[in-house]
This record gives sequence, structure tokens and C-alpha cells, in this order.
Amino acid sequence: MDNIILEMRGITKTFPGVKALDNVNLKVHEGEIHALVGENGAGKSTLMKVLSGVYPAGTYDGEIHYDREVRHFSTISDSEHLGIIIIHQELALVPLLSIAENIFLGNEIATNGVIDWKQTFQRTQGLLEKVGLKEAPSARITDIGVGKQQLVEIAKALSKKVRLLILDEPTASLNETDSDALLKLLMEFRKQGMTSIIISHKLNEIKKVADKITILRDGGTVETLNCHNEDISEDRIIKGMVGRDMEDRYPPREPKVGEILLEVKNWNVFHQQHRDRQFLHDVNFNVRAGEVVGIAGLMGAGRTETVMSIFGKSWGHKITGEVHMHGKLVDVSTIPRAIDAGLAYVTEDRKQLGLVLNNNIMHNTTLANLNAVASNGVIDDHKERKVATDYRSKLRIRSHSIYQEAVNLSGGNQQKVVLSKWLFTTPEVLILDEPTRGIDVGAKYEIYTIINQLAAEGKGILMISSEMPELLGTCDRIYVMNEGRIVAELSKQEASQESIMRAIMRSGEKH
Amino acid sequence: MVAETSAQKTTPSIGEYLKNNIREYGLLVALVVIMLFFQYLTDGVLFRPVNLTNLILQNSFIVIMALGMLLIIVAGHIDLSVGSIVAFTGGLSAIMLVKWGIHYSIVVPLCLILGGLVGAAQGYWVAYQKIPAFIVTLAGMLVFRGLTYLILQNRPIGPFPKDFQSLSTGFVPDFLYFLNPLPGTITNFFSLVVVVALVALAIYYGLRDRRTNERHGTENEPFAFFAGQMAIIAAVAIFLGFQLSTYKGFPNVLVVMALLIALYTFVTTRSTIGRRIYAMGGNEKAAKLSGINTERLTFYTFVNMGVLAALAGMIIAARLNSATPKAGVGFELDVIAACFIGGASASGGVGKITGAVIGALIMGVMNNGMSIMGLGIDYQQLVKGLVLLAAVFFDVYNKNKG
Repeated sequence: MDNIILEMRGITKTFPGVKALDNVNLKVHEGEIHALVGENGAGKSTLMKVLSGVYPAGTYDGEIHYDREVRHFSTISDSEHLGIIIIHQELALVPLLSIAENIFLGNEIATNGVIDWKQTFQRTQGLLEKVGLKEAPSARITDIGVGKQQLVEIAKALSKKVRLLILDEPTASLNETDSDALLKLLMEFRKQGMTSIIISHKLNEIKKVADKITILRDGGTVETLNCHNEDISEDRIIKGMVGRDMEDRYPPREPKVGEILLEVKNWNVFHQQHRDRQFLHDVNFNVRAGEVVGIAGLMGAGRTETVMSIFGKSWGHKITGEVHMHGKLVDVSTIPRAIDAGLAYVTEDRKQLGLVLNNNIMHNTTLANLNAVASNGVIDDHKERKVATDYRSKLRIRSHSIYQEAVNLSGGNQQKVVLSKWLFTTPEVLILDEPTRGIDVGAKYEIYTIINQLAAEGKGILMISSEMPELLGTCDRIYVMNEGRIVAELSKQEASQESIMRAIMRSGEKH
Repeated sequence: MVAETSAQKTTPSIGEYLKNNIREYGLLVALVVIMLFFQYLTDGVLFRPVNLTNLILQNSFIVIMALGMLLIIVAGHIDLSVGSIVAFTGGLSAIMLVKWGIHYSIVVPLCLILGGLVGAAQGYWVAYQKIPAFIVTLAGMLVFRGLTYLILQNRPIGPFPKDFQSLSTGFVPDFLYFLNPLPGTITNFFSLVVVVALVALAIYYGLRDRRTNERHGTENEPFAFFAGQMAIIAAVAIFLGFQLSTYKGFPNVLVVMALLIALYTFVTTRSTIGRRIYAMGGNEKAAKLSGINTERLTFYTFVNMGVLAALAGMIIAARLNSATPKAGVGFELDVIAACFIGGASASGGVGKITGAVIGALIMGVMNNGMSIMGLGIDYQQLVKGLVLLAAVFFDVYNKNKG
């Protein structure tokens, strides 16, 4: 076929220690809606960043052919210049500026630096009509809803003479009506000959609009399905997304499950920022001694928010519900109280939330339980050094000494320092949020080994992970969350990537 | 892993050691160079006993406030109001002492408490209402300056009772005058004895620390380096002590200052509070999620700053023997500059008490030296500004290189 608008050939992109994309191929025809699907971390967003020049030419291997020519984009404006516009999941709008100002931001209609407001507003009006948005061009972004903001982004893309529109999870934060409107708009654009690439987890929507579906898995292309040749079922797509062989990546464990340690009952939480929006609905779960319990779900399902709201009410407001430890109601309303109750929370983002990067390993290790190495507020150097040295050897933290700053450690070793910090508080239940994100395979195995040891010692482990094989490989029981609710509880026998994905997709369609 | 650990135990060469610790020694070297430079330019006036004494009297309050400011900067904040708190508490003390005739043993602690309350009033907005410290203390700077004019009714109040004055201008008496071997030259033998005793103690503890470190397998600085450094410090300390002993000995404020420096060094390096302040300044979210009550900690760093500013305010009032509404104008800038010259980071989490003290001394010596040379305030400000910029550039340069 000669109407191929974009072809990406053999794209390989590596980050330090991680191969994010491995020989990925993508072929997009002019005038089609091409869906890109895959699990979190499969490489969808990375691929789009390569395409748009966020990762400039030279930092990856492979070729990009666009409009029958090899292209080397070194900045975003290079790709935008040729009509490739990407709309990210987190919208890039300035909340306090008007719709018109946002649409022409960086691209103002001006002569000698003086903005022609009349023309700006007129053209904005025209663009808003095209996307079917009934708002005044002078309305501020912060005063319109998320769905309308998404349309403003599209109008902005239209203002730049878009030929290839890339949408990253465009409907993730939209309700059904807004989503439908957006999808209709995309189909309208297709009639006019525009090409779009849509990244989405909502397979029912993809089925509705896509002409082709390319599936990525573990940074590689699995296959491209043509929706016009055969009837593609959601199960067919899921199989492509998750169908990988489970190697021996998880250390074996004999679970010895005891009494219920942590039990959370009727947990309801409202959103931290959007204060009248309920974010978590009637969440109930428990963790037993010696048990590793997983929480599966897509990004934005409310997993991190659940555990953070439990851990000292660090997230959300209007929090109601009960937390029990050993069957007794406990107070977890502040972080020190949650720690006293026997909880520890290893955060998702270890650089921003877990470590004091310019402090050394020793200082980070004792931070959450400093009183244990001090008397009357004076730190006992000798004791502190001993604690840090013990954890360093126990968790095999590779560093030249306990005085090495955390910032200079590799991701895996940083994670072990965070683990040391929390283990030193002697928790009964350890909450791990994406404990192996961004660390290499060898270090992952070591982290799993530590998790197994802790479970063997009778601690309860609650683990959030977006990597389903990891949950399946380590957990005794898995809760599935979606849209702020627990939608399934699966035993080790019931749990599989298909059953988890199905639970998420089905619950998504109900609402 | 074993190989890695043992490889580290080899002692680094002197050159390497210097390179790794260039910031700390660089600062000390800079102070010495600046001192020698002005000693030369002022034809030897700088190190004269009278001038040394003046240098201490003139700068003690900057050093004292720099101790509190360092904690605030390490915590990730700033305090622009200290100059106004100085004037405010100085004015309050004058009213109580001079107008109301209250004894200084009541006034001094009362003013320290009032200073703490002023700090609390500002700390509340920063810690609990999350208003940037720059704005809160800018407001405080105006508010407390205004209040000072109000309570003093635009007029200076003085003179102070003699005993209060001696807080600032008095000297430690010569308890050991009967042992003085050179009564002609040395006029305060006690101060010389104290300096020598302190030097001996420093060497003793230095050696003991090295031995403890060796026992625990912790890295020591090279011995030659340790010895050389000790020799220089001992020589400088004994020289300065001797100079002071030939005049009136130790000013009272020097003793206050030295005790505070020791206390705050201890707090920042050995106490849980100090450790938590550094952690909070380095990463507030991580500190909070580790169970540290960051709001309360921030609040108390401001209370502490208020107390130290009140102490400085009384020292200044006693030294000038009058409380004026214009006292302490611009001091906040000297104090903040001292911390940054001393290596504190504007983004928080980094900085040392010794650095801030040396930074304050560098500023003080420059002020004093340029005054002796008869340079006007215009040149003084210009030079100080450039030194501040150079010091911070040196930091940034080192960081980017390393």
C-alpha cells in the first residue's frame, strides 16, 4: 500500500539498566484510527515520545519514516512542524489562562510581539466549533470540566495544522458521555482524512473506533490486528497483551498464613483536590500474618490513594472507615500513630517520597525510628552505625560504605535503603507500593527474596504493583481495584493475567 | 562486596582528601587569607588587641543570629525579620529597664521569651498555614519595625543601668592574676590559660576520636593532615588569645557566643532534632512520611530564631547604650549572607554551624578592615556583595564538577 503516513522500523530505546523498547515496528496508514495497547510499562508512551521528538533522534536506534521520508526529530517542534501532535495524559494547559490564550500559547497571532486579540478570538471560535465545544474563547481553563479541557487540547492541535494526532489515554479521566463525544469527534476527523493514534486501556472503546490495533508487550511489538478483516474480541486483545511465558523469575515460597493482622473496613475517601468527588468507595480488605497480598489495577484505579489514606491519612480528605490490627480498632490518623500501630509504607516514588537523597545511607536508615538509636534526644553514634551496618549487610546494599549518599546508589540499592528504614521500625504489616519499579531484574529477585523472608517471619505484606506477572509470582491472594473500588478478590489458584484484566474491564463497563 | 569494603579502608592521600573536603578547608583558608590581607592593608591594626576586641564586640550578634538562621535555611526557609526583631526586643528591654526600672535578671529572660513569641507568631503561618517564609517574614520585618517605632515613640531610650551594659561590654575578670608571669605585658592571665587549656582539650579529643574511628573502621583524615591542621588552629588560637590577654581579656559576649556555638554544633550534629531538620530540608515529603512532625519542627526553628534575635537585640542595645527604632536595619542580610558564604544551600538540607560562623567572621573582618582603611559604606557593600556571589559560585562550580 502506498498511503502509509508513518512507519517506525526497528525502534530500540534503552534507559540506564532498562531496555524500554526493543525492535518495535509500527505502520500507520493515512486516514485511519490506529490503537496502541499494552500493559503499563509495555512501552506505549515511550514509543510516542520517540516519535514526537521528546527523545531526540540519536538517543534511540531505528528509523522513522513519515510522509515517505526518513525523519530525524530532535525537538517536539520539529515533529509538530510536520503535523504530528501529541496530547498527553496529563493535559498541558495553563489553568488560569483563557481557552484562546491556551490554544495559541507559544504560537501567538502577533505582529512584532503585539498580540492580535481580535483574530485570536475569531480563530478560537472557529476551532471550538470544529470540536463541538460550546464555551466562550475567554473562559478560563480552570472553570471548565476535564472533558472540555480535553477538547481544548484537540482544538489546540487543530490550530497547528495537525495531520497525525496522537492521544495518550484521552478518556481515562472522562465520564461516559464525554468519552462518547470524544470518540465521535475522532470518527468525524477520520472522515475528513485525518490520521490518529490512540493509546487506551479501555478495550471496549478501542473496539468501537479503531481500524487497526497494535499490541505492545515488554517493549516489543506483538502483532498488529486489522479490525476490518476479522471480528476482534476483547479476549483476543487481552491475550495478546499478557501472553508471555512465566520464567523462573520469582523465588519459591511455602506460605504459612496465620491470623488476620490488618483489616480495613468500609473505607471511603474523597479526592484530595476535587473535594466533593468521592474517590474510594467502600474499600474492604485484609492481610494475614505471613501472607503476601497484592492489589492489582490500572493507573488511577486508586491503589496508592487507598494505602496512603490508611497510612496516617496522607492522602484525601473526609476519610471514613475503620482500620483494625489484630482485630482491634487502631488510630491511624497521623503518620506517627500509623507507625505505632505497626504499619510501614514503602512509597511508590522513592526519590521524591522515600529518601532524603543528599543524606547518607545511615541517616536514611534510622530516619523513621531515630529515637531507637538515641537517648534523651542525643544520637548514639555507635548504635546508629551498628544498625546501618547490620541492615546494609542483611539486605546486601551495595555501596562503598554506610556513609555513601543515597543519590549515588542504583535504583535497586536505593529501594533496599528505603526497606531498611521501614524494617527498622519493626512493622507488623509492610505496605509496598511498586517495590520493583525501575530496577533491574537481578535486584528485583533480591527484593522478592526479602519479601519472602519477611513473610516467613510472620509479617503481613501488602503489595501494589502494575506488573501483573510480579503479583502472580509473589502473592498468595490478589485484590483487583478499579475506579476506586475493589472489584474482585482472587486466590492464587483463581488469579491469572486474563482473570485480572477481565475483572478490570468488566467493572469498567458497568459504570 | 567484601572486596569493595576492604578496598575503601585504604587511607586516601592528602591531595585526594583535600579535594573531597575542599569546601570546608577552603572556607577556613579564605578567612585566614582575608585576615592576613587586611592585616597588611591596615598596617597591622587588624590584629591589635583593641581592634580584635572590637571585632568580637561588633560581630558577636551576627554570629549569634547566624546560628538560628542556619537552622532555618537548612530547614528550607528564610527569615527576613531578624533585623526588626532586634530593634523590637531591644526597645522592649529599654522600656522595662529604663522606664519601668525592672531589674535585668527579670528583663533578660522576659525579652528572650518575647523573642520566642515573635518567632512563634511567624512560625505559625509558615508551618501550619504553609505561607512561604519569605512572605511571612517580609511582613514580620515591616510589622515589628513599625511596632518598634510605636513603643519607642520615635525616640531612642537610654542610657542603660551599668550591670545590663556589662552583658555586652564587660569582660571576664582575671581570676588568676596572682599567677601572671608577665604582669607588664599580660593584663588578663586567666584568658590565656583558658585558651591554652581549650587547645589542649581539642587535641586530646581529636586524637580520641581518631582512635574510636579506627576501632570502628571509619575513615580518618590522613594523620599528617590532622597534625598540620591542629598545629595551625593551636597557633592561631594561642596567638589571638595572647593578643586579647594583653588588653582586657575575654569580652562577656565572646563567652556567650562560644557557648552557643558549642551548643548549636552539638544540636546539629548529634541530636535527633538536628538530624530531623536536615532530613526535612533535604526532602520534606520523605521526612513527613517517615513520621516526622514537620510542621512542629518548622515552628520551633522559627521560635528558636526569635529567641536568638532577642538575645542579639539586647546585646546591641547594651553595646550602644541606647535602644533606637533604627537598630538592626539590614542585619538580616548580613546574617543570611553569612550562612550562604558558609556553604548553606538555598534549597535546604545543607549547611553547617561552623560554616555559618566562619561566614559571619569573614563578613565581620571585611567590615572591620575596610572601616579601618577608611573605605565608605559604598565600597563595603560592593565588596561584600561580590564576596557572597563568589562564595556561592565556588559552591556551585564544585558541585557541577564533582
